[in-house]
Amino acid sequence: MSQTSQPLFRAATNWVYSPGVRSVVALFLILALGVVFHHRGAFFRLETHKAALRQTAEYGMMACGMTLVIISGGIDLAVGSILALAAVLFSLATIHWGWPAWYAIPATLAAGAGCGLVSGTLTAWCRMQPFIATLAMMVFARGLAKALSGGTQVTTAVRNPDGTYDWVDVPQVFYAIKAELLGTVSMIGVLFLVCAAVTWLLLARHRWGRELYAIGGNEEAARLSGVRVVRAKVLAYMASGVLAAVAGMCHAAQEEQGNPEAGEGYELIAISMVVIGGTSLMGGRGGIGLTLLGILTIGYLDKILSINEVPLAWRLMLTGAIIVVAVLAQRRSG
Amino acid sequence: MIADAATHPNLPLVRMRGITKRFGPVEVLRDVDLDLWPGEVHILAGENGAGKTTLIKILGGVYSDYEGKIEILGRPVRPTSPLEAAALGVAVIHQELSLVPSMSVADNLFLGRAPSIWGGLVAYRVQRETARRLLAELGLEIDVEQPVERYPLGVRQLVEIAKALGHRARVLVMDEPTSALSAPEVQRLFALIQRLKAQGCGLVYITHKMEEIQRIADRITVLRDGRRVGSAPAGELSPGQLIRWMVGREVEQQFPRHFSRPGAERLRIEDFTVRAERKGLRPAVEGVSLSVRAGEILGLAGLQGSGASELLSGLFGALGPRASGRVWLDGKPVRIRSPRDAIRQGMALVTNDRKTTGLVLPMSVAANATLAALPRLCRWGWRRPRREREAAAVQSRALGLRAASLEMPVAELSGGNQQKVALAKWLEINPRVLLLDEPTRGVDVGAKHDIYQLMNQWTAAGMAIILITSEMPELLALSDRIVVLHRGRVTAEMARDEATADRVLEAAMGQGSEKSS
Repeated sequence: MSQTSQPLFRAATNWVYSPGVRSVVALFLILALGVVFHHRGAFFRLETHKAALRQTAEYGMMACGMTLVIISGGIDLAVGSILALAAVLFSLATIHWGWPAWYAIPATLAAGAGCGLVSGTLTAWCRMQPFIATLAMMVFARGLAKALSGGTQVTTAVRNPDGTYDWVDVPQVFYAIKAELLGTVSMIGVLFLVCAAVTWLLLARHRWGRELYAIGGNEEAARLSGVRVVRAKVLAYMASGVLAAVAGMCHAAQEEQGNPEAGEGYELIAISMVVIGGTSLMGGRGGIGLTLLGILTIGYLDKILSINEVPLAWRLMLTGAIIVVAVLAQRRSG
Repeated sequence: MIADAATHPNLPLVRMRGITKRFGPVEVLRDVDLDLWPGEVHILAGENGAGKTTLIKILGGVYSDYEGKIEILGRPVRPTSPLEAAALGVAVIHQELSLVPSMSVADNLFLGRAPSIWGGLVAYRVQRETARRLLAELGLEIDVEQPVERYPLGVRQLVEIAKALGHRARVLVMDEPTSALSAPEVQRLFALIQRLKAQGCGLVYITHKMEEIQRIADRITVLRDGRRVGSAPAGELSPGQLIRWMVGREVEQQFPRHFSRPGAERLRIEDFTVRAERKGLRPAVEGVSLSVRAGEILGLAGLQGSGASELLSGLFGALGPRASGRVWLDGKPVRIRSPRDAIRQGMALVTNDRKTTGLVLPMSVAANATLAALPRLCRWGWRRPRREREAAAVQSRALGLRAASLEMPVAELSGGNQQKVALAKWLEINPRVLLLDEPTRGVDVGAKHDIYQLMNQWTAAGMAIILITSEMPELLALSDRIVVLHRGRVTAEMARDEATADRVLEAAMGQGSEKSS
């Protein structure tokens, strides 16, 4: 390239290398992969895309919450365990304790928020490393889920005092969550889009969102500008916990049971979605729009590999390789 | 490595000719020449963004895609990495030091070239002894086994220089080396520079401080907008001429201070104390009382460790429970526990380091400028982007901010413009008391002038200002009254017409009025 490049060219290069455009390009590459390996037209059927949305929805909700935390300069490893805790609690409440949905849902959300409150307080107030604090919460919440469930799945088989089991009906609320709205879009997918819209609104248009960017970009400068740092950070972890709880309820409804082993490793998938989108792990940069691209990229990659019946072992290796490639590509212009 | 310069008395150490450098379409250097002779301190002066740093980065091998020629002792060279430049005898000591804080002084000195035995094991004893000898040559007797982070910045700077000398550098480039040093540390650095000159080294020295230029310069080259304006022996260039070269226009007055008539008492503090960070140490500030009137600039003077910065931070609530004392604002007692409280009471603090405590660098200019005023600009917690943009535009006009766009990250602005954003952040809340800690540090002459003018406007509007500055002429010219601190206590207070540099410095060094403990 000659040294006398045109300003227009430069502007175009900048645009091409902006995180958003690069993430779009990554997504299109994955989609192109799907067009090539469509597996006897499976990729072109609406069903496939509906399924992709449904299957990524749970990860996606967590990734939205994770975006809030990562922008504030932290990380939340506890979301996978919170999902399990929420699934167990929600199933217990609706199936075994016979709570109506309007008690069970807020109670589950409150449990998620409570976990976030603890990890947030540990990081923001006690100044623990977020990695350590949420790692502890991850282990603790997993234990709590196992304690509540007695170590087994919470199913519709309810144990009687004499040791026999009764089969009870699946609660209506499970069907409501699993339902397809107007017979086309899954309720879970819609819930995910609502979660994404709300977190986008908060990050892009609310004072709290601006405060999270400021804290992630320079915590001391934010504090000296009058930002209530502890409060903003704790709220971010609480939001992440709440969104993980929503994902947990969706998980329980889909499986019609509460599995205390559910959600293992989900936190890493959520983190990789955020990172592939282009949000910086250093904090202060990124957004929900980018995370959405990351969610679709990973979601579609998984879908394409699964319709082509690629063995799980290869799927994992490929996913790992793609994360590396995506992050390297982002660093190029950084 | 350079051949002995003494054998080439007629050759400059470095000769740069016709250096031109572009970043994309932007030409940052055009046809710049620079000669560096053995035994001279060559000052590179110019406003921020003039191209000084780019020029030394080319010399230091950071940028290799430039046009023009570089000769070292007559031999054409083209270093393509800092390592190659070091091998040619060129060492650049950057503003941000390149030491690893957690490693020992000796390890840092030999980073990447430790004396080794048995193919890889570090010969610690040899390394230790060599390190001691190297530092002793610079007049520095310290424990080389201690981690670098235990030592004050001034010592670290000397270690950095020792590291460069360890590479047998004959050309040393220093980029604003004194910006974070205390007065005795500066003395030590200057003594070292004299010694290096005597040994035949050549130094390229970048600074904004007129005092330093007058003290150490042998030759001065001025850059403006990427071009060389001129080059002259230091003795032939008057300060006025130098500033004209740098600014490109007549600066009619270096320090324009309009005298406003101070009004009623704005801020009064009594018995203000800031505890030390660790137990057992002397408090940073001890029993300080002072007051500022509306429309007045109170200068706070003191050497490093005087507690002046801590006094402002403590007053602003930034140090939390470490600070204690009674504070009155406009006659009413106030309690300030956090920066948030202080802002609500109408106080603002411009910190002495915009990059680490003043600005959120990845955020946009507009987002930074409205950060402190966010509560006022929001309705029920929701931001109103249009109002924010309007507010940011008004402030940037008032401050004469030069930015391509208010949406660009503040990190991409020049130092002077960044400082203006740090000021803009506070103007939106229209403070009653403005605390300024080194508001012109690392800022070019033009922007300094703008900031002085603004301080005049603000005091004319009734704002009370407390100013800390390490530049004596600035302090003397701008302050209506000066309070001098030494080791956390007030040692002198003087009105504008009784203040002289000697008297301030005497009090700042604690002479006479306080016994050293």
